[in-house]
This record gives sequence, C-alpha cells and structure tokens, in this order.
Amino acid sequence: MSSRENILSKIISIPRDGKPLPETPDFSLKGDLVKLFTQSIQANKGEVVGEEGLADIIAQNNFKKILSLASQYEEFSNTELPADPHQLKDLDLAIIAGQFGVAENGAIWLTDENMGLRALPFITEHLVIVLEKKSLVANMHGAYKKIGLPHSGFGLFIAGPSKTADIEQSLVIGAHGAKSLRVVLV
Amino acid sequence: MNHPQEAAEFLKDAANAKWHDDTLWFVRDKRDKISKSVPEWEALRELASQIKDNVLANLETYLVEFEKNAKANNIHVHWAKDAAEHNQIVLDILNEHRCQAIVKSKSILTEECHLNPFLEKNGIEVVDTDLGERIVQFLNQPPSHIVLPAIHLKKMAISDVFHEKLQTEKGNDDPYYLTQAARKHLREKFLGAKVAITGVNFGVAETGEFVVCTNEGNADMGVHLADVHIACMGIEKIIPKREHLGVFLRLLARSATGQSITNYNSHFRSPSPGKEIHIILVDNGRTEQLGREKFRNSLKCIRCGACMNTCPIYRRSGGFSYGSTVPGPIGSVLSPGIDLKKHSSLPFASTLCGSCSDVCPVKINIHEQLYEWRQEITKAQGTNAKSISMSIANGIFAVPFAYKISAGMMRGALKILPDSITYSGLNTWGKQRDLPELPKESFKDWYKKNRK
Repeated sequence: MSSRENILSKIISIPRDGKPLPETPDFSLKGDLVKLFTQSIQANKGEVVGEEGLADIIAQNNFKKILSLASQYEEFSNTELPADPHQLKDLDLAIIAGQFGVAENGAIWLTDENMGLRALPFITEHLVIVLEKKSLVANMHGAYKKIGLPHSGFGLFIAGPSKTADIEQSLVIGAHGAKSLRVVLV
Repeated sequence: MNHPQEAAEFLKDAANAKWHDDTLWFVRDKRDKISKSVPEWEALRELASQIKDNVLANLETYLVEFEKNAKANNIHVHWAKDAAEHNQIVLDILNEHRCQAIVKSKSILTEECHLNPFLEKNGIEVVDTDLGERIVQFLNQPPSHIVLPAIHLKKMAISDVFHEKLQTEKGNDDPYYLTQAARKHLREKFLGAKVAITGVNFGVAETGEFVVCTNEGNADMGVHLADVHIACMGIEKIIPKREHLGVFLRLLARSATGQSITNYNSHFRSPSPGKEIHIILVDNGRTEQLGREKFRNSLKCIRCGACMNTCPIYRRSGGFSYGSTVPGPIGSVLSPGIDLKKHSSLPFASTLCGSCSDVCPVKINIHEQLYEWRQEITKAQGTNAKSISMSIANGIFAVPFAYKISAGMMRGALKILPDSITYSGLNTWGKQRDLPELPKESFKDWYKKNRK
C-alpha cells in the first residue's frame, strides 16, 4: 500500500460525526477607508504618500538602479526587467502597481502580472506600490470576495517592509526583504 | 525528559527567569490590545473553530481535492506516512537536482521530523533563514518557541555568536547592527541556493494553493531565487475554501504577535515557468491523534504560539524545559500522543488555569485536554508523590467533619510547621511557594462573634 492510501484509509477508518461548514459573514468596518488604510500601513512601519510624494522620495534619495513596472511612473525607470531574478540583487528601488488594499490591516494584493518576477518586491532594497484609493476594501473577507477564484500563479498580500523582532523583541526594519514600503495612494 | 527538573534548572537564574516572563507577557499584552480592537473577534474564533471541525470531519475528502487541484497546477504532490519517509523524499529531490546546499524558512514540521540532522548527515548544508532560527542554529540549539525561536536569548549572547560566526564587532549588541550583519550573510545564501524549503500555514483544497506567512520575507527570498521549492505540510493544515483564508489570516498574526497581519502572505498556486514546486503531505502521528476523540481537536492548531505567551508555566520555565518540538500548552497536548513515556510529565506542567484555551484563536480546549492526559497517564503509571498528598487533601475536603477538625489542626500547624516539612521533597507543592501569614482568628470564629 502506498503512503497515500495508507494515510487516506487510516483517516477513513476513524468514525467521526458530520460537522457543517459555516457561512462566512462579511462583517463591517466603521470609518473612512483611506484613513484606516493609512493608519494600518503606518502601524506596519510603512508610509503612505500622495502622488507628488514619489518624485520627492526619488529626488531626496540617491537610488542608482530603479525599475518601474507601474505604467504611470515608467519615466523613473532606468533598467529593464531581467530574465533571471538574481540580476535584481543590486536593485535600489522597485515601483509596482497594487491591485487593491485592505483597510483593516494595510495588506495590498499583488499577482504575477504586477511583479514581473516573483522575487522583485522582496529583493529590491526599497519598494513603492501605487494604489488607487477607490480600490480599498474594508477587511479580509471583502478582499477574498474581490479576488474570487481565477487562477494566479503567485499571489501576495504585502502589508509593510521586511521586519523582525527576533533579537530581544526589538523591532528592526529591513531583515531580508525590502527595507522600506511606501504606498502612493492615487 | 522531566519538566519539573528542567524548570527548576531554568529558575536557578532568577533574574533571567523574570526577564523571560516579562518578555513573553509583553507579547501576550500586544495580542490582547489588538484582539480587543476587532469587535467580531469572538465570532471569528468561533468561525475558525467550526471550519476546522468541518476539516477534521472530512479530512480525506479535502486532502484528495487539494491533491487533484495542486497537480492540475503543475505542483508535485508527495505523501509521507512518517518523519523518515518525509526526510527521504526531501533528500531524493535534492539528489535528483544534484543540490548540496539549501535555504530553509521556518517550519515546525521539519523540526518535528529532524530534517536538518538527517540532511547534514547526508552531506547537505542546511541554512535556516529566519533570523531567530539562524541564531539558534549557530548555537546548535532547537527553537525554544514556535513563533519566536530565540526568545530565550539575551542580545549579548547573540552578539557573541555573531562575532564568532559572522565576524561582527565584539561586544556590539545593537539589534539593528546584528540584523544587518545577518541580512548580508543570508543574502549570499539566498543568491546561491538552488533549492528552498518552506513550511505551510494553510493549504486550500478548493484551489490547490498553499499560503506561507512571514514578516522577514525570508521564505520568499529563498523560493523565488531557487529553481525548486519544497513545501512541507502537516495534513491538518488543509482548509476547504479560499474565502476561509480571510478568517484565518485575521486571527493568526493578531494572536501570534499582536500585529493585524504578517507583512508577507504568499499564495503559491503554480510554479514560475521552468521552475518546480513540490509539496509533501505528512502524517507522522496525526491520524493517530485524529483517532483519539478526546484529543482530536488539538489538530485544529494553527501554530500561533498565543498559548505559550500566556502560560504562567511556559513563561517561568522556558521552551527547552518541555523537551518537545512544540513546547507550551498545545505542545503538552500534542507530544504525549507522539511518545507518551518520554512526554509524560508535560500535561502536569500546567496550573489548569485555562488561559491557553481563552486565547486560542481556534478555541481548542487545551486545559481540558491537559487534564484528560493526566488521567490517561496516571492510569498508565500509577501515583506519584504529588498525587499522594493531593488524595489526602481530597479525602479531607470530601468530608465536612474531617475538614472542621483538620482546619483547627492546620491553624495550629501553620504556626509551628518548620520549613523542613513544608518544603520537603515529598511535598512538591511547597516548591516556589511560601505559606500564608496567619490571621489572628479563623473566619469561622470571626463569623460566630460578629454575625450572631
């Protein structure tokens, strides 16, 4: 007997009462979604800026290698998306478009189409996500309703920069992934 | 392994024990604050509990559905009945790809299967990439907590081992400085690895996808740069539908660390072109636990660690005192099912206060299951010193007359009872405890005088 059959037959042999699958309610969230989303991103140690904010960020920082996959900000790009993600290792800034944001926790949904390469939002030193205000949903129930079931090879809820508190519970931003997350709300 | 002995060892350094207690309470406190900010918190816990009940009642159906959908998405699905088979499957994949070095993100299951020593014995370099796990790996220690693997270590100890292994400045224990040193060191490992291993937080039957949650981004750094991703998943991690991720992701990070969500929540549904994803579905004792009706719902656990952070025993005895892969209250329910003899002291490492059950996001009745295990173990082993003194007490409280007499005797005894008797080896209860200051008169005498 294969292990597959072994495991399945063991489970089947255990008498269990039927338990119904509950309905998931939507639940609600009181308040202004933009305000709540901004607070959530800040709590996750990210930053929310307006449209003019992105130009300021780029002017103030000495980013050498910038890759923008967000159509409205292509002018900032000075490099192409490579075939091999290892070539992104010295990328200073990635600018990508997010599909929608979640007000209760600041999570932003991305799929392969937004990332170009799956490693991009992680390996870049700094990350900017462009998001439309009108895309915001209240909570994770609304988020999965919006996503539905269509196929996405890789999907990601990203809610802030890479962080750790593994050394004496001291919060450090910039563990292995992007050292900052800035969300441009348009 | 004997929890009381190990705990006594931990408590010898009183200042460190106090620090450990406070550090974990800080995490518990964050969990309280954020859970209270969600008005439907209790409804979510109930929902999560019911979804998991449904999963355990239909586990075979969901596993088959998951397998079918994952295969349709070009994911290779393997089944392992135990740890040895799991480890062999991993090694076979590595050999097939002529891979000598791997990066691995946090997976309690691979700890349970002792994958690292097995691979190392077979000449594979294993690099744990979660910062806390890398720290304990440098020290040749297991994680002492399932979410916070290095919570038992002070920063100077980490500074010392980083100085030795990563040539950081001696004596520099700044967390930012140490984290940046680890970032640089691990970045080289990520860029060089052909195979990356991760655990799994949730497998979705409906879509055949699986979800991995981290704050550091280490799982994603590993898998997206490697050619092959191996995901190791306990069979109980399955959930029926994608929409249920909404329920569990709302509960997991809030319960674990008091954040509204982990910063990275990755949904793996099919590999990138030219790459491979393998998933290993592991039993390793889970079907036995499913067959134990009293302990079945311990399989609902989503490994948030909230029961550890709140437990007065865990906080004051440390993760290593349990001698099990999963320590703390839920570990003390799971571990006796794996090896009753080795872990027989664990269900007694509890005050049965019930705080673990109160914070559990999937409403496992942890303290009641600990009490059930005590009965099973006592039946199997007979009595010990604590149960003798407890049965004497039971006799006294059961008979009012005996209580009246003995209460008077006790009042006399409390005054004169020398420490040598109170704190004798026979009276386990006396350890770490002082007898109360005795009031001048008993409540009964006071009541007679004042309430005639």
